[in-house]
Amino acid sequence: MTDLTQLTLKAALDGLKAKQFSSEELTRSFIDAIDAANPKLNAYVLPTADRALAMAKASDARLAAGEGGALEGAPLGIKDLFCTEGVRTTAGSKILSEFVPPYESTVTANLWADGAVMLGKLNMDEFAMGSSNETSFFGPVVNPWKSRASNADLTPGGSSGGSASSVAADLCLAATASDTGGSIRQPAAFTGTVGIKPTYGRASRYGMVAFASSLDQAGPIAKTVTDSAIMLKAMCSHDEKDSTSLNVETPDWPSFVGRSVKGLRIGVPREYVVDGMPAEITALWEQGRKWLEAAGCQMVEISLPHTKYALPTYYIVAPAEASSNLARYDGMRYGLRAEGNGKSLTDLYEETRAEGFGKEVQRRLTIGTYVLSAGYYDAYYVKALKVRRRILQDFENVWDKVDAILTPSTPSAAFALGDKQIDPVAMYLNDIFTVTANLAGLPGISVPAGLDANGLPLGLQLIGRALDEGTVFSLAGALEDSAAFTAKAEKWW
Amino acid sequence: MLDTRPADPSKFIQGRTGPWEVILGLEVHAQVASKSKLFSGAAVGFGAGPNEQVSLVDAAMPGMLPVLNRYCVEQAVKTGLGLRAQINRRSRFDRKNYFYPDLPQGYQISQFEFPIVGEGVVEVERDDGATFEVRIERLHLEQDAGKLIHDLSPSESYVDLNRAGTALMEIVSKPDMRSSEEAAAYVKMLRTILIYLGTCDGDLEKGNLRADVNVSVRRPGEGLGTRCEIKNVNSFRFIQEAIEHEARRQIEILEDGGRILQETRLYDPNKRETRSMRSKEEAHDYRYFPDPDLLPLELEQAWIDEIKASLPELPDDKRRRFMGDYGLSAYDAGVLIADQAKADYFEAAAKGRDAKLVANWVTNELSARLTAGDLEINESPVPATYVAELVDLLGEGVISSKIAKEVFEHVWNGEGSPRAVVEKRGLKQVTDTGAIEKAIDEIIAANPGQVAAVKEKPQAVGWFVGQVMKATGGKANPAAVNEILKSKLGI
Repeated sequence: MTDLTQLTLKAALDGLKAKQFSSEELTRSFIDAIDAANPKLNAYVLPTADRALAMAKASDARLAAGEGGALEGAPLGIKDLFCTEGVRTTAGSKILSEFVPPYESTVTANLWADGAVMLGKLNMDEFAMGSSNETSFFGPVVNPWKSRASNADLTPGGSSGGSASSVAADLCLAATASDTGGSIRQPAAFTGTVGIKPTYGRASRYGMVAFASSLDQAGPIAKTVTDSAIMLKAMCSHDEKDSTSLNVETPDWPSFVGRSVKGLRIGVPREYVVDGMPAEITALWEQGRKWLEAAGCQMVEISLPHTKYALPTYYIVAPAEASSNLARYDGMRYGLRAEGNGKSLTDLYEETRAEGFGKEVQRRLTIGTYVLSAGYYDAYYVKALKVRRRILQDFENVWDKVDAILTPSTPSAAFALGDKQIDPVAMYLNDIFTVTANLAGLPGISVPAGLDANGLPLGLQLIGRALDEGTVFSLAGALEDSAAFTAKAEKWW
Repeated sequence: MLDTRPADPSKFIQGRTGPWEVILGLEVHAQVASKSKLFSGAAVGFGAGPNEQVSLVDAAMPGMLPVLNRYCVEQAVKTGLGLRAQINRRSRFDRKNYFYPDLPQGYQISQFEFPIVGEGVVEVERDDGATFEVRIERLHLEQDAGKLIHDLSPSESYVDLNRAGTALMEIVSKPDMRSSEEAAAYVKMLRTILIYLGTCDGDLEKGNLRADVNVSVRRPGEGLGTRCEIKNVNSFRFIQEAIEHEARRQIEILEDGGRILQETRLYDPNKRETRSMRSKEEAHDYRYFPDPDLLPLELEQAWIDEIKASLPELPDDKRRRFMGDYGLSAYDAGVLIADQAKADYFEAAAKGRDAKLVANWVTNELSARLTAGDLEINESPVPATYVAELVDLLGEGVISSKIAKEVFEHVWNGEGSPRAVVEKRGLKQVTDTGAIEKAIDEIIAANPGQVAAVKEKPQAVGWFVGQVMKATGGKANPAAVNEILKSKLGI
């Protein structure tokens, strides 16, 4: 029998339904793979083998009875910011390193209701703040991919580095992830996987540890476009427990993959050409246009004039919201409490938060507190909100000319761990092509499209209209077909 | 700030160097009468054990999100309409950020820039029956904080989050009050309106209604002085005391050539003084910003209209109606409308009879009895129908007002309706002139000295009236007694 862990989600679901193997067998394969790989890749912060086997057996019973949901018996990895009832949820932070929630996030509850099996909790940048997974309290995740030029450990990207790495290394069929400025799409691009962030409000934020409320969206990282569509459909739902959740039907997205894209107009924004972008990425973007043209699409050059302000805007809005969202981690009710020498209440707060939060989180909380402070609020926060509206307007202005927008996913391929740690601004530049979709609340997908000269994967991004994930999936499917990306990281772990 | 009230010298406070005018504005926090909290389904109630009414949202667990309670919004709109204020169809919730153990989220969800209710006006009645207007600046919805408990342990403090997340309406007035009495009268009026509307139970003792008082003083005719805010005053008496002490404190500083520093102060009722809590420099930077977990609040006009149509008659409308329809004095009307149930009781008894007399019975005899027995009007052993019957008996001349008091006493003690009491105890007024004449004749015959005296001094007839009443057991019709006495005595 072939290695079950290499199956796509779709193939595994078909195999389970056809009783070619049981969920328990499938799950055991993954547990073994995780045991072997995790010491090297550090993708899981908490494998939950016993729970996984119990869930798999329950799934097998349902499958045997001819029952079961859309994900029945499928072993998945869960990013560690989705609260899972009775299972430690840390958001990659020391301050929550022993936190066990007594409740379940809506996204994971949806997955379990569909019969999915939880393999464990996946590593991530602390509170999803990072582009390389190096801010995690549990140490960085390692990308299964290696450059031909060096044996250095590479970043899988962030913040959903554990999700991307585990999918790329066959340590789960698919994974949940979340995206505030690119945290699904950038790691997907760095690991040769597919990652989609849906329209803001599609997936409930209930039970998802918050980073920046107006930007955070859950989505999947998966092996194929179809797999990502299956996952996203299961994850999304209207949820009255989240006031920003959209009261809309969740379409049957898997059925959009494979549809003809003939006649669709694809925007190519001239502002997405940035200085110092590797020629390979420019070439891949050009290749992407050709593929879609060959599939019957029409390329339209467009302008999104406020793009250059997106990154600074993002780095005001996101830290501002985070500075308030993370105020609840104060050592009072749950989580870490510093048992320092401080005598006053202020000492307790300061010591707890100094000890509990890592440097990057502290940096962003400081920025966020600053931009909301009296005297700076108008100059930074209010202005950022105005620019954010302009960015949204940029997109609104082109939707009558184009049906989707094609861009590179990232300005580079995966870099070595440690490379950009000393320069936060260089690190922030990773989000340059992805943040606009968050600021505008639009769906964006990264599809693996090729390898660079060093054999590292590169991704192309498609951005769609609000609530038009269907078109995005159809186009992503077309790109996937044309790119015929089949490369896998050579197993070294 | 536009000064809408002309200076009134009778309200000035005399200092060493001349008169001062005190300027007062209030921020009243009224707990919304609601079964659940503003953004969570946790129960609201008095008397639960510590932390028994706390949801995951109230405790600010990771990933928990606020969901606005529609009923609380309805209550705020209702209150806004009751304050004759502008209802803002679009408002927004903001976060007010600060750290404190009674504030689990690390921020209070409030409405900063765009409150749900805008400007309005409250007509307040003074003790003398005259009214003055207090303009409302705004009303907004916000979360209450929890409670710290310091007296359970010498070394540790405990937190009770039952109150955390409870809905409050903060009602902000303009600086339209000029004396401590006016400030107390305003809060009383506000409380009455809230109780009429059913949007707050008005219970000051439980902290369901509390006030922050902004106090400043100035020389009459000058611009506004620097204000100090006295936080969390929770009784009418303390509101008055705090203002008086704070005004005195400020006047003394100014008269000594000092300067008032803008600050937040607390009133200590034991020491009867206000003391500094924090200065303007120490004031928190709350870093208000729109709560990204909540969408802007948009109200449909039809819904507002629906709420408006369901409003009860408001206290000042009722006062005007009582004065117009029943001819009551401003004072009597004021006393009656201050308690909605009492006003209803009055109306039930007053329909179709001497309303002024009914008002007298309700505001005097009945109210005194209720106060003595610590009873609410709806706990009265004497129903409105009995007061009506008593007034009818008086009108029919069946009993005199003196006897009426005796009848009321028996009715209060549960002896039945006024008619039954009069019947059973034989208290019917004697209008039989023959019987009265007989009694008068006997008294005249027995008291020749008094007869001589009354001819000199006709006012002395009162003595004879008293004797006749005594002889008839108080049942003689006083008008008939007077008439017969005057003719028999020839005065």
